[in-house]
Amino acid sequence: MDAKTRTSRRSFLKGSVAIAGASVAGAASATETDPLITEIQDWASITGAGVDETPYGMPISFEKDVVRRNVEWLTASPISSINFTPIHALDGTITPQGCAFERHHSGAIELRKEDYRLMINGLVDKPLVFQYTDLERFPRENHVYFCECAANTGMEWAGAQLNGAQFTHGMIHNMEYTGVPLRTLLNEAGLGAAGDLKDKWVYVEGADASSNGRSIPMEKALDDVLVAFKANGEALRMEHGYPVRLVVPGWEGNMWVKWLRRIEVSDMAVESREETSKYTDVYENGTARKWTWVMDAKSVITSPSPQMPIPHGKGPLVISGLAWSGHGKITRVDVSRDGGITWQTARLGRQGDTKALTRFYLDIDWDGNPMLLQSRAMDETGYVQPTKQQLREMRGENAVYHNNCIQTWFVDENGVAENVEVS
Amino acid sequence: MSKSLNQVFLPVIGGTALALSAALLFANMDYGQKKIGSLEKRVEQVSLQAETANKRADEEAAVVSELRDKIAEIQEAAAARQANAADLTEVAPGNDGKLGLGREAQPAEVAAWDVDVLPDGRGLPEGKGDAYWGEEVFAEKCASCHGDFAEGVDNWPVLAGGFDTLGDKDPVKTVGSYWPYLSTVWDYVHRSMPFGEAQTLTADETYAIVAYILYSNDLVDDDFELSHENFAEFEMYNRDGFVIDDRPELEYAKWRGEPCMENCKPSVEITMRATFLDVTPEDGGESVMNHATADDTPTFVAAAPSTGTDATATEEAPSAAASPSVDPALVAAGEKVFKKCGACHAVGVGAKNKSGPHLNDLIGRQMGSVEGYKYSKGFVAANEEGRVWDEVALAEFLAKPRSYMKGTKMAFSGLKKQNDLDAIAAYLKSVGE
Repeated sequence: MDAKTRTSRRSFLKGSVAIAGASVAGAASATETDPLITEIQDWASITGAGVDETPYGMPISFEKDVVRRNVEWLTASPISSINFTPIHALDGTITPQGCAFERHHSGAIELRKEDYRLMINGLVDKPLVFQYTDLERFPRENHVYFCECAANTGMEWAGAQLNGAQFTHGMIHNMEYTGVPLRTLLNEAGLGAAGDLKDKWVYVEGADASSNGRSIPMEKALDDVLVAFKANGEALRMEHGYPVRLVVPGWEGNMWVKWLRRIEVSDMAVESREETSKYTDVYENGTARKWTWVMDAKSVITSPSPQMPIPHGKGPLVISGLAWSGHGKITRVDVSRDGGITWQTARLGRQGDTKALTRFYLDIDWDGNPMLLQSRAMDETGYVQPTKQQLREMRGENAVYHNNCIQTWFVDENGVAENVEVS
Repeated sequence: MSKSLNQVFLPVIGGTALALSAALLFANMDYGQKKIGSLEKRVEQVSLQAETANKRADEEAAVVSELRDKIAEIQEAAAARQANAADLTEVAPGNDGKLGLGREAQPAEVAAWDVDVLPDGRGLPEGKGDAYWGEEVFAEKCASCHGDFAEGVDNWPVLAGGFDTLGDKDPVKTVGSYWPYLSTVWDYVHRSMPFGEAQTLTADETYAIVAYILYSNDLVDDDFELSHENFAEFEMYNRDGFVIDDRPELEYAKWRGEPCMENCKPSVEITMRATFLDVTPEDGGESVMNHATADDTPTFVAAAPSTGTDATATEEAPSAAASPSVDPALVAAGEKVFKKCGACHAVGVGAKNKSGPHLNDLIGRQMGSVEGYKYSKGFVAANEEGRVWDEVALAEFLAKPRSYMKGTKMAFSGLKKQNDLDAIAAYLKSVGE
């Protein structure tokens, strides 16, 4: 540490003592008693809410801030737009449906189970139509998977732009899905007519006005793709494709077609709007990269972060974050407090699930000095999450999608955090 | 189990000892033989009870040990199962033998839903339409969002132009410059457009609109007629502009392996801060964005003294104090208006070019003069003519960017209100100087 930073450290210390003092004032010192303990509180005397007051419960009013948020200037209309999961305020790995990000191309539609039809056609032995109740009669599976929009962190290509983990990394959610493997439905229709399956495709399409459609190579379709109707134990929410959506584990969220109405086996990719003009990235030489389906390993520290300042001054501090990889399990996450000079391996909350969010923690004794916090994920293929510089050197700055760079938060001596870029 | 056994067993032993000593005591004190007799009888009873209890304890201990063995056995089996990965979760059974669920789709049903069009033209219905008629249909059904000339209104997509910009810092990706297949245009217009009235266009209307979009891109003349017959002949400008995902070769191969853990770089400085842009929404009650308060940000240096880098605090937060002639309320209003600009332009200390040039020292700056920024032809010409940004020019440009500077890359449609124009000028002066 050089002379300049050492001098500043004095003032930092002063600042953090002030903060520490403030936080203790509420909790009572060694000599003063705490009225929250010594005096009888209303809630300890008067009865509370009865059962049935909220037949379907919402979070308590004190948590009203933990909601999805939109960045209005990003899109022309909220009907064709995206919002962000409040990942900064969540812990563990499962995203509650009510605050899981939404992305619609023509708005979220209300489609009754009774009105739901799913068609399988194209190169199949017998084109079929299923009703919702048919789907519930196929053997089903449960899996936890993350769903990340390919544009997550896309606004950060050119520079640090949005100040909050919710906005930089919130186009992601992680749910436990219940559904029927796509291969089961394809087998029901029969793939004999498709001949050699190697070069065949499955085109999937939604029932909403955008009829968003994507081409999925047969190999993936027969692997782990699910036709899902439940998430986190309950029916899908309208905004996530009720009654049925596609789950394409590890691949970009745009392929997870909502309100799934049609599955077509074909001998070529449809090259729809969403797989040509969108969800492709332009290099500096003007050529573009397409069919970039897999979401590479990525991580972010969710707390502290710009929306989650350190409220308690120096001392014990839990650094908490999320890591994920579309290639499989997260095997390790390293955390740096000095902008990438030194790294410490973090503790995983639980052994990583394949293609699902993994929570990590680093429990430290914060000395009150400013930090440049970073996290770096590694997955089971040995891939190490790259820095922003590495990505820019490889892809230039014209990319929009698939920004999986290491994120930096500058945390000042008061525990206030800011989105920054570092050398 | 063993704990509850002790609770039964110990009191019985204790009770026996107590009774025995009591009997001796009473005998010495010469109590009547009768009493002694009854006490002896009592001792006998207690001894018998103790014996029974002991026996029972032995029996129970045997059961316990049996149960322990059993538990160990179960645990061992569980461990073995785990080791063999033979847990009971399994993938759902497939259906090689079909379940017979669902019903056969009728040809008319397949025809109603299967309307996608493939790059080779398969799936196109018969029909035709020319660019001339297409202009009328486009004006009625599409222009409110995409503009009369397919130039895009507000944030809605630009459909025309942008040729030879794909390698630029700010590529303009339109149907003409970027889309590789004409089938995609037809398919998307027919199936997903117009926004809010999808799937209402006839096949002929769709051919006409697509023909007009080609015309607005200067790819065909206005009498060009597109039909299912000549569709496949049309090759798009950027047909060969795409490569299939090559991350496995270019990136994955490189970015695998044990990463650096210590002294990974000599020093670290902050090069950009999000709060300079201030484009983050501020709604949301208690968890509004917190802006770092540090006036100067420290440089982090590696612990090893090998570098010799003179680390100094680098950047200063932009000063909130403006020159005295500036109205702070107007500056604050301008800061809000600037949110419309912040996606493309940076201003303030350390501001760099984004998709638009940085706006520091804008008033008094020669047009088209920011180093490293690739300007449109119009601004290059303005630069050569020596034109300079003043408040009048800025207001005229921002009111109607594309009329003021033909061919400008700025997609912004313009500020309608005079108040906003005044405010943005005040703001840019306050932070960018």
